[in-house]
Amino acid sequence: MYFRHTDNLSMLLSRPEGVSRRDFLRLTTLAGAGLTLGAAWPAPAAQGAAKSSAGSNLLATPFVRIDPDNTVTVICKHLEAGQGVWTGLPAVVAEELDASWDQMRVESAPALVPTYGNLAFGPDARVQGTGGSTSLANSWDQLRHAGATARAMLVQAAAARWKVAASDITVSDGVVSHSSGRKATFGELAASAARLPVPANVGLKDPAHFKLIGQEKLPRLDSHAKSTGTQQFAIDVMLPGMMTAVIARPPRFGAKVQSIDATAAKAVPGVVDVVQVPRGVAVVGRDMWSAKKGREALKVTWDESAAEKRGTDELLKSYRELSRGKDAHVALSRGDVDAALKGAAKVIETEFEFPYLAHAPMEPLTSVCRLGADRCEIWAGCQFQTIDQINAATAVGLKPEQVTIYTLAAGGTFGRRANAESDYISEVASIAKATGGKYPVRLIWTREDDITGGRYRPLNYHRITAGLSKDGKLVAVRQSMVGQSIMAGTPFAAMMKDGVDPTAVEGNTAELYDVEHAQVTWSQPTVGVPVLWWRSVGHSHSAFSKEVAIDELAQAAGQDPVAFRLALLEKHPRQAAALKLAAGKAGWDRPFPQGNGRGRGIAVHESFGSVVAHVAEVTVTDDAIRVDRVVCAVDCGIAVTPDVVRAQMQSCVGYGLSAALYGKITLTDGRVDQTNFHQYRVMRINEMPRLIEVHIVPSSNPPSGVGEPGLPPIAPAVANAIRAATGIRLRKLPFDLAAARSAKV
Amino acid sequence: MSIQLTVNGQVRELDVDPDMPLLWAIRDHLQLTGTKFGCGMALCGACTVHIDGQPTRSCITPVSAVAGKKVTTIEGLSTTAGRAVQAAWVKLDVPQCGYCQSGQVMSAAALLAGNSRPTDEDIDAAMAGNICRCATYVRIRAAIHQAADALPAAAGQS
Repeated sequence: MYFRHTDNLSMLLSRPEGVSRRDFLRLTTLAGAGLTLGAAWPAPAAQGAAKSSAGSNLLATPFVRIDPDNTVTVICKHLEAGQGVWTGLPAVVAEELDASWDQMRVESAPALVPTYGNLAFGPDARVQGTGGSTSLANSWDQLRHAGATARAMLVQAAAARWKVAASDITVSDGVVSHSSGRKATFGELAASAARLPVPANVGLKDPAHFKLIGQEKLPRLDSHAKSTGTQQFAIDVMLPGMMTAVIARPPRFGAKVQSIDATAAKAVPGVVDVVQVPRGVAVVGRDMWSAKKGREALKVTWDESAAEKRGTDELLKSYRELSRGKDAHVALSRGDVDAALKGAAKVIETEFEFPYLAHAPMEPLTSVCRLGADRCEIWAGCQFQTIDQINAATAVGLKPEQVTIYTLAAGGTFGRRANAESDYISEVASIAKATGGKYPVRLIWTREDDITGGRYRPLNYHRITAGLSKDGKLVAVRQSMVGQSIMAGTPFAAMMKDGVDPTAVEGNTAELYDVEHAQVTWSQPTVGVPVLWWRSVGHSHSAFSKEVAIDELAQAAGQDPVAFRLALLEKHPRQAAALKLAAGKAGWDRPFPQGNGRGRGIAVHESFGSVVAHVAEVTVTDDAIRVDRVVCAVDCGIAVTPDVVRAQMQSCVGYGLSAALYGKITLTDGRVDQTNFHQYRVMRINEMPRLIEVHIVPSSNPPSGVGEPGLPPIAPAVANAIRAATGIRLRKLPFDLAAARSAKV
Repeated sequence: MSIQLTVNGQVRELDVDPDMPLLWAIRDHLQLTGTKFGCGMALCGACTVHIDGQPTRSCITPVSAVAGKKVTTIEGLSTTAGRAVQAAWVKLDVPQCGYCQSGQVMSAAALLAGNSRPTDEDIDAAMAGNICRCATYVRIRAAIHQAADALPAAAGQS
């Protein structure tokens, strides 16, 4: 028994005092690679994903398996949810292995730490999970070493077989060759290589010799399955005797079951069980239709005494009051902001409002559980394998190591599947427990369950007060941010510092621009609506207020928005470079044809170690907003798979525009107003910009993420373009041009 | 009640509630899981199948309504247009999470079956009912044009 429940989770997620995140990442990355490949591989026999090489004819290390059929399978510790890890991570291995791309395969790793722990998440890689756009960054050294080690073993095996010096052997495109003309495939050498000791120190390639990494178009390994309907998601798992469950959850957050009348539900043909579980009442049926009809017939009386009953307008009003209150936490402070604002030639104050947002991945949350006497198996698009394993174990009363996690491809997540309570996994486990494990059970959330189910991007209110000097330079910024904490009350609270949730304030104006006098404060309201990280987390709102305020300040200073920003980015050269690249490619220095409702705007933002700048061109017709073109520049270090980088920029633009143009979850008397896509509108093909050009900043830095960083700057770039087109500044999301226009009058 | 329908060329008999949506009949009772559940209200298109060649949202179509009709799911898609669409999808690496793509492919295949040279506006009209939260729309559009280029012009009206 190594850990259990929340206090231990907090410990897992903390890092040693005095070690910066960057140093910590570096240390653990090196340690991790040495540890996993240097040690004998403990075969997770029960889990079936990676097999031991002992006594077999394949070469297996924790991250790479080479089979006699000449396939090379990369064991992927990260969740593939569309962001491309099933292509990017194999590319890193294939590069160092000198494999042919055609022979590469990928499969999900079992839940096993520290072997598959995320090196960016905590000490000793003790939490396996995907998030913070860390997959490639934390796997880079690890997988390069894994590929290089397997290559060295193949070379040694060939040298022994041919009785030649290893130094005379070359490997290229999946073929091991000797100058004498002898050749062998990886598959032919796998068995002999597997009997060799794992070398401790192997050299890595000079990046100048990369062949696959950086290749413009490396085909995704999952495109065929995902174009033919054969990719398996959790909702597709079919087990013998499996039943399907839906859960009746409270109509208001924080309500509890008071009484249940299951008579009518149980009378629905196909319904097999109705059981109370910690989060509501589960109706189990022989198929989804009977479970759903059973739930419609179920009568539950809810105890709403502790429920959140406020509406969004009420909450926002309280947020505004909080922002003027005295109990805000200081997140950042430098210089003397009061004096600087007093002495400023011009002071501008702006307010911003951001709604709750649902993630709404296309695959609604789904999980499958098979419970035995001393074993529990979970199938899901798991994003937090270690935490999911602990929570499932708690729900069924077993030890974490008795829980086997099968991570399947997720039909999108955007952060939703990673939460401290593992909500949808705890639920299916609790249903299995309540029904005595007599059948495997599949839990499906309907779209209504998903949209009304909480764990939203937090509602936020920001106020920025900024001062310009006589010569139009930004000299002081005071930023007040109000929004619920994602981390407080969860094991992640261990990552809060001085009472500040870093995910609430990350990416604020003073953090990313050089301003001499600055203060950023954060107030934490207590609200009963559960919140969670939503694609790009705090940056999803902080970038907007920052980039719109900066644009407004540039305008007030009578300066070009690019030049104004560049003057404030001397200490942020990567942001400056991306900004210049996007501006250059978009033809920023040439006048934009104004009129006919057309306008152009720009924004730049750094998040998760990457920098993205967007130039957006819009057409506004009768207050309807159309984004015509986006020119994007991205610095993500070495672009391992440039086409995946482009895809993620396109995706971030579309997902970000969904939020900017339509996205909002509102509450009335504590009840969520939206239930499905007719009310929670998202981007459709006819609304998507037709042109998205992606330019990658050349870099020799280690790779950083791309799943999130393209999102933060898109909404402000569009808002700034709308201002150029119409003169109207939009400071409230989602955009409502008509409302903003009438408010201005 | 027993309902007979033809799915991917095979006659299948189902003993289910006649009101059961076709989606759940083919997923839960025929184990054809390529067709996806996304919204249950014909708002997202993930459940799109062809009924007698017409793209149809299976999540709101009662199974009894397709008795005696020909249902094609992604597993049975074998038309020239369908194959061209899938080839273009792979070639351009359209999918990201991939969950909506069965529905996207079925809608695109139906579009090209009736219009072998669709304009961007034709694509908007035919595909606006299919949501992709990964926003692969730029590539979906490009792949439909590429698939159209691969089709003989006579395959449909231009």
